[in-house]
Amino acid sequence: MKLHRIGALVARHLYLYRRSLPRIMEIFYWPFLDLVIWGFITLYLAKYQPQIPGFVTFFLGALILWDMLFRSQQGITISFLEELWARNLMNLFASPLTPGEFLSATIAMSIFKVTCVSIVMGVCAWLFYDYNVLVMGLWLLPFVLNLVVTGWSIGVFTTSLIMRFGQEAEVLAWSMVFLFQPISCVFYPLDVLPTWLKAVAWVNPAAHVFEGMRAVLSGSGSPVTNLIWACGLNGVMLLAMIAWFYKTFAHCKVQGSLVRVGE
Amino acid sequence: MTTPVLNVSNLRKSFGEFTAVDDVSFNIMPGEILGLLGPNGAGKTTTMHMLLGLITPTSGSIRMFGMELATHREQILQQVNFSSTYISMPLALTVEENLWVVARLYGLPDIRRRVDDIVKKLEMEEFRQKITRKLSSGQMTRLTLAKAFLTEPKILFLDEPTASLDPDIAHKIRALLKEERRSSGLSILYTSHNMREMEEMSDRIIFLQRGKIVAEGTAQEIVTRFGQADLEDVFLKIARDSRL
Repeated sequence: MKLHRIGALVARHLYLYRRSLPRIMEIFYWPFLDLVIWGFITLYLAKYQPQIPGFVTFFLGALILWDMLFRSQQGITISFLEELWARNLMNLFASPLTPGEFLSATIAMSIFKVTCVSIVMGVCAWLFYDYNVLVMGLWLLPFVLNLVVTGWSIGVFTTSLIMRFGQEAEVLAWSMVFLFQPISCVFYPLDVLPTWLKAVAWVNPAAHVFEGMRAVLSGSGSPVTNLIWACGLNGVMLLAMIAWFYKTFAHCKVQGSLVRVGE
Repeated sequence: MTTPVLNVSNLRKSFGEFTAVDDVSFNIMPGEILGLLGPNGAGKTTTMHMLLGLITPTSGSIRMFGMELATHREQILQQVNFSSTYISMPLALTVEENLWVVARLYGLPDIRRRVDDIVKKLEMEEFRQKITRKLSSGQMTRLTLAKAFLTEPKILFLDEPTASLDPDIAHKIRALLKEERRSSGLSILYTSHNMREMEEMSDRIIFLQRGKIVAEGTAQEIVTRFGQADLEDVFLKIARDSRL
């Protein structure tokens, strides 16, 4: 693993952000819009559903954390798509760059995006709704870390699918993560799911994070068990997805599709 | 006896039932320019992609600098580069930014000097700050050539490098290639559909047809063997035979 190669790819993506309004919008505009729209809906619902205590706190906290997972996944997948759109994959993989270094660079971009989005959403939530994201205290850190890693797993999985099936699978970059949303129990507790779906949600690390978040915000218990589950599942899921990426990469080289993936 | 910088043995690539490259073997010596000729679909590009590690061969071996590509990919590709009319560079970056990214990717020292040198050599000063999207096809070709030269490779794979260049720039590029070969012992694998260029540039030529080598030697040897007037006639004969 050579840092200069990872740095080169990160620099390549940062150059893009210097002069691209749509890319800057992806970081600032959409998270801002998400928060404004859903934030006001939350305020409205809270006004007429006073029987759910701490409704605004739950909902806004969940919204911000979900966006972190979403942007973490996007950081990986969009970085790959940028290379695809630029027909640059051949230049990259005919250089000494390894697939591991490529993934590391996309992970670095993911961290960059999540950091920007967190700041935007945190500040906006405070300005518009007087909501302090730090209300979760130190638990916020392991929650965010776990969601970011879940986003990486989904991002690596989606990238592998796009690499394998080509540009026609591009839509997965935006849609795949929403397949995980119902079983992440972002806005409702795990208990409301039917039994069979509860079992599916149980193996999703994000569901444990959101359960933990609700426990902290309601003051009903410690999220340690949830976090242990989330960490364990995240470790297994990330390793499995990286292995899947390597397998897909090797398969594409055998099929000759790596050089045609952008066509 | 000089050791070849590139040794290809019994290289074969099949995609299902179709065999794109069939039992191809050849060497490239230090400082040699080897021309790879053949009609469309003869297997030139697939061969080049295998040499760049982008396609895994079905069988056979590729050795460069005495190392097997399958097991020493990083060490080998650090000393190799390529350029093709059919590739692009990130379009939203400037020419100079693209060159900086390549330089960092290969871990080159003294990047500013190297970028300045290559920009000057390829007469790219007037568009070095231009966004790549706004380049003409000739300027884009020069950028991909600059990317290839920037890393000072020991082996260069060139896929129709002068196809979209005007005669003046194409002539300068050929002169540059010859100069690089003379001064640094650069070895080149070259494909082109311009037969005059092929004769001018190549020390040896390999003719591929349906994935197999059908002729190998200097341009003159091949012309004599096929009993044709020039390399273009040899090409036409082989291409038309392969379509029968």
